Order: sequence, then C-alpha cells, then structure tokens
Amino acid sequence: MGGLIQTLTSPPVNWYIAYGIIVAIVFGGLQGMAAVMVYAERKVAAFMQQRYGPYLVGPKGLFQPVADILKLFFKEELRPKAADAFLFSLAPIISVAAAYLAFAPIPFGPPSTFFGLLDEPIPLMIADVNVAVLVIFAVASMGVYGIVLAGWASNSKYSLLGGLRSSAQMISYELAYGIALATLVLMANSMSLHEIVDAQQGYWHLFGVPVAPRWYIFPQLIGFAVFACAGVAETNRAPFDFPEAEQELVAGYHTEYSSMRFAMFFMAEYINMVTVSAVATNLYLGGWHGPLIPESFGVLWFLIKLGFLLFVYLWLRWTLPRFRYDQLMAFGWKVLLPLATLNLIATAAGVLYFGL
Amino acid sequence: MLFYIFAAVTVIGSLIVVSQRNPVYSLISLVGAFFGLCGLYVLLEAPFLAVVQIIVYAGAIMVLFLFVVMVLNVPREDAAEWDRAHPLYRPMAVRVGGALAVLLALEFAWALSRTAGLSAGVGDEKPAVSSVAELGRVLFTDYMFAFEVTSILIIAAMVGAVVIARKREE
Repeated sequence: MGGLIQTLTSPPVNWYIAYGIIVAIVFGGLQGMAAVMVYAERKVAAFMQQRYGPYLVGPKGLFQPVADILKLFFKEELRPKAADAFLFSLAPIISVAAAYLAFAPIPFGPPSTFFGLLDEPIPLMIADVNVAVLVIFAVASMGVYGIVLAGWASNSKYSLLGGLRSSAQMISYELAYGIALATLVLMANSMSLHEIVDAQQGYWHLFGVPVAPRWYIFPQLIGFAVFACAGVAETNRAPFDFPEAEQELVAGYHTEYSSMRFAMFFMAEYINMVTVSAVATNLYLGGWHGPLIPESFGVLWFLIKLGFLLFVYLWLRWTLPRFRYDQLMAFGWKVLLPLATLNLIATAAGVLYFGL
Repeated sequence: MLFYIFAAVTVIGSLIVVSQRNPVYSLISLVGAFFGLCGLYVLLEAPFLAVVQIIVYAGAIMVLFLFVVMVLNVPREDAAEWDRAHPLYRPMAVRVGGALAVLLALEFAWALSRTAGLSAGVGDEKPAVSSVAELGRVLFTDYMFAFEVTSILIIAAMVGAVVIARKREE
C-alpha cells in the first residue's frame, strides 16, 4: 500500500494522474454546467416573466435537470423514414464533439500544484497549444457541420431551412468573430490564451494612478461588443437563433430529432455558450486575474466572470426579440464587419505608435 | 506511426470523395481528409498552418460548398442514367481522362524515384517557417509579390461572380 502511494505521487506518474483529473474536471464540469444552465435558463425566464418556473422536483425545483435527463434517456428514438440514416446519426455527434473539443485549449485557472501534491505547478487546461486562439476558432467553425448535416439528413423542409440559415449565419459572423480575435492577438502579442491572460495582470494607470484592472475590455470596448454579438450568433442563441426559430421553422434543424440525439444538440448549445463565455472571460475580462481574491484561488474569479457572462446570455434571450433574417445578414456584413475591421486598424495603429 | 494514421485518413478520405455518388458524403469525407492533412502539418511542426488549413478549408470553403449543394438540392445520382447521359462518359472524355491519369501516375513515380535519395537530409533541418511571426515576415517581404497577386486574383474572381450573379436591369 505504501509502495503504491509512493508510485502514485512520484513525478512522472502523478503528472499523468493530474492531467487525468483536469480532463475529468473539464468534461464533468461542462456537463454539469450544461445541466445547471438548463435549470438557470428556466428560472431566469420565469423570473423575467413573473412566474415561478420549475419548483416541483426537489427543493425549488433544483433536481429538474436530472428529471429532464432521465426523461430524455427513456424516450423513444425516432428517425424519419426518408432521413439519411448515417448522417442523421452522425450530425448530433459532430455537434457535441466539437462543443467539447473547443474547450480543450482554454485555461480556467492559474498553474496549480494541487495543494502541494505536485513538485511543479501544471497549467489548469487540457492542451497548452501556442495557437490556442486559432484552435478555438477552427473547432467552433466545425460545429456548424452538425447543424447543417442535421438539417440536410432529416429530409424535412423546416430542418433544411434551419440548416441553410445556420450555415449562412455562421459564415457571416465568423468573419467579425475572427477579426475581433485578431485584434486581441495584436494587443497581447501572443496566440496562447495562457499568455493573453497573464498579460492582463495588474492595473491600467491613468496619470500614474491605478484606475481599473488591466483587462482588455477597457481599451477594447468595441472589440468586446463585436465579439459578444458574434459569439451569440455563433452559438445560435436569441436574438440570433434563426436556425431554430420556433415561429417560422417549428424547431429548425432539430425538428426531427428526439430522445438522446436531441439531448446532444441541446447539450452542445449549452456547452458552446460556456465555451464562448470562457473565451470572452480569458480574452477580455482578465481570466483568473482580479482584485481581492489571492492568485491561488483565481479559479473563483474565473467562475464569477463566467457565471456573469452566462447570465447575460439568458438575459439577452428573455429580453430581446428575434431579428428579421435580412436584418441579421445586413447587421453582420454592414455593421459588425466594418466595425471590427476599423477596430483592428485602430488597434494596429495604437500598438505601432503608442505601444499599448 | 502517427504519420501512417494521418496519411491513411487523408488518402482514404480523398478516395471516398471521388468514389461517392452522393455529393454530401463526398463533402464530409473531404473534410475528414482535411483533418488528416491537418495532423500531417502538426507532425511537420507547423501548427499554425495546420489550424489555418482547418479554418479556411474545412471551416469556410467546405461550409460554402455544403451550402451550395443543399440549395441546389442535388439528387442522388442514378448510376445507370448517369452512365448513359453524362458528357464525361463520352469516349473522347474517357480517352483524355485516361491519358491524364497515366500522366499523373508517371509523374508520381518520377517524383518518388527522385525523393528516394533526398529523404535523409530533409527530416534533420528545423522547419524555417514554424512560428507565426516568422511566417508573417516572410509573407510580407520575400513573397510580397505572390501574396498581392493572389489577393488581386481572388478579388477579380469575386467581382466576376457578382457581375454574373447580378440581376439584369431591364
């Protein structure tokens, strides 16, 4: 027994264990987050519409997500006869896999020694890639395949329209999203999320007086606005939820899906929300850096910021009506993209001449 | 080992692309092939190129292709009718295509015979264009002309597409 503990805590082995734990935290955390978001969504909606929301299952309806998941597990799997069997099954898998994958290069806390169990701190992220920003962008653009294929494979007109809208929307908003990311890369002079977060340590000084935390949201207010709009559009959330616009398309791309396949799309949507919020936290809100809380508990700051951004998502959904489709396209191409480009040029000039 | 896996994914994916009669399946396997290619780039220590390749080809261009395929709603090709009616199955087309295929095979064999002697030296050097900064510098100094010409070409193609697609005013 003593020998076993010795082996488990010696350097090469405990590293693997630590990484295994991180992977488990991220995987389980995302799943748990999706469940919590389902509950939060319904509670926030109820609050904004002056209703109670779920309150029967467990105290204050807290076990509602569990009940929902059980229900989805035991529902019958339906597949339309005219559907393309292979792609119909593949689509939700692509969606949910891309959603999980996008979280891999995102750090969620300062390097940790796990309370002294490790000799050297390891970064709290699954994969420390030096082109993390691009990886997230690439994987996010993969998620659209799930939606488009679902729309096509269902062989139903509503699904197809949902899929078409989704691909058009994704292409339009990805540009603004990418340019917003590029602007930030310019400021931080790095593509590694870890380094971008560490560049936001400390305070912005005005005439030698620290006025605000050194987060990029302050110099990059326009960039943040563009990123937020594009992020909401990328995750297909209201007011940009055209692929599943209920009033026009029944349920859009997942009209024909039921049971666990539907649950996978549902989960992918919520995980994507978490991912976009986590990216925004790291890029614009200084990640785990913040006043008051000591660095070693930086995860707390990260979770607070993440939670706030997720709440904003719900807030938007239940207060803003959906755009019209042509307005969405016009907004993406004629407002967001020029704004993002101008912001990029201005930032480039700022970095070049003033060394921001 | 990893090389063979990625290479197999790429080759099999590409083969499915040309052998599939359903355009959507072709598209998906092409995306799969791009992922294999991406893995190969990573093995060559060019992560930037790998990711950009996914973003541009798999993420943007293939989504556009898929969009077009879905809008046109190409039906599943009926094999027998296809064989009879399609212009690519006329004897002349088959002959020219066959000649091109033979040429390609010959070129491939020639290229392989040339690399046999070279392969020892290639792997040892560190690739010069691995970092993003280095890549950008090279692109905007040494290859400036090619870069600009490419962008003009793309803009010309775009303008042409707009002109063709525009509704004619009466």
